[in-house]
Amino acid sequence: MSNWKTFTKGLIKENPILVLLLGCCPTLATTTSAINGMSMGLATTFVLIMSNLVISLLKNFIPDKVRIPCFIVVIASFVTMVQLVMQAYVPDIYETLGLFIPLIVVNCIVLGRAEAFASKNPVWPSILDGAGMGLGFTFALTVLGSIREILGSGSIFNCRFLPEDAQTILVFVLAPGAFIALGYLIALVNRLKKTK
Amino acid sequence: MKIIIILISTIFVNNVILAQFLGICPFLGTSKKTSTAVGMGAAVIFVLVLATLVTYLLNKYLLVPNGLQFLQTIAFILVIAALVQMVEIILKKISPSLYTALGVFLPLITTNCCVLGVAITVVTKQFTFGEAAHMLNLGEAIIYAAGIAIGFAVALIIFSGIREHIDLMEAPEGTKGTPIALITAGILAMAFMGFGGLV
Repeated sequence: MSNWKTFTKGLIKENPILVLLLGCCPTLATTTSAINGMSMGLATTFVLIMSNLVISLLKNFIPDKVRIPCFIVVIASFVTMVQLVMQAYVPDIYETLGLFIPLIVVNCIVLGRAEAFASKNPVWPSILDGAGMGLGFTFALTVLGSIREILGSGSIFNCRFLPEDAQTILVFVLAPGAFIALGYLIALVNRLKKTK
Repeated sequence: MKIIIILISTIFVNNVILAQFLGICPFLGTSKKTSTAVGMGAAVIFVLVLATLVTYLLNKYLLVPNGLQFLQTIAFILVIAALVQMVEIILKKISPSLYTALGVFLPLITTNCCVLGVAITVVTKQFTFGEAAHMLNLGEAIIYAAGIAIGFAVALIIFSGIREHIDLMEAPEGTKGTPIALITAGILAMAFMGFGGLV
């Protein structure tokens, strides 16, 4: 597979959320607005790229039997780094995302890519694979966050486009709206795939 | 009284799946049949309480005195992974019947984010539960973990019951499978919102 294909497959064709349905917890929890969704996506992308890079470098030194614990340690180290950096430079976003930053460790996408791709491929394709999957995840989170923000708060990227006293569908920024919006988004993707 | 407040607040008001979005993957993955849902629910109750107990003690007596709180994420996930493995081996030896009932679900729990999520929450967040905001002590932490786990089991079992019926119906084109399940979960979450303000 060419490098370009390795990179682009994560964006649409094998999009981790919309097609593979991996990593649903942060998807639902952090998409109350487009900004939150995007920051969560970018944090995960960083962890994905770095853990893919390191695991692909170490793949010949890690014994096969203990590979999963080794992968988890590598991933957890990068998650801790992201956590400390975000706490220092973007404390507001760190507060809103809260628990879900440390929970990147148990995000199935990160471990899934380490196991399925980085442990079998050379360094450069692994980085591209991590970047593609991460950006696909970010893309899906930003779209879902935008939909929920437009319907629920009448704004996009914190710019309100409705008059102050206009009624919005508040349920979309609350818990039920997350499930319903993601359900319809996946249904739409399924529908588009069929007509193609 | 306080125990009841903690339990109601974790099981119904702040349900782990429908309000906090922890553990969605096993929620969608193991809810196709009620019998599987019961097994998964039981396994989560068992592991979550045990994991919270161990990580709470680890944090209090090892990490905090040495100023190593920044290692929380790494330490907790390793402890949880090791613990699940150990529980599996011990159960196999001392209670084969329980092992066959829970067996398949145990390895899945390591990647269930509600276990790590609860472990981190109880040692970092302050709770009120009808009093002034305070950090949880060991007893409260255990009850909190038990409540969260029971809430997980309750939501999972209700949802699996609904899902068994949905499979028999004609869903609109494209929404078959996961999308219709997600929309149903949304409606269920709306029902659980009715518990808001109870505590």
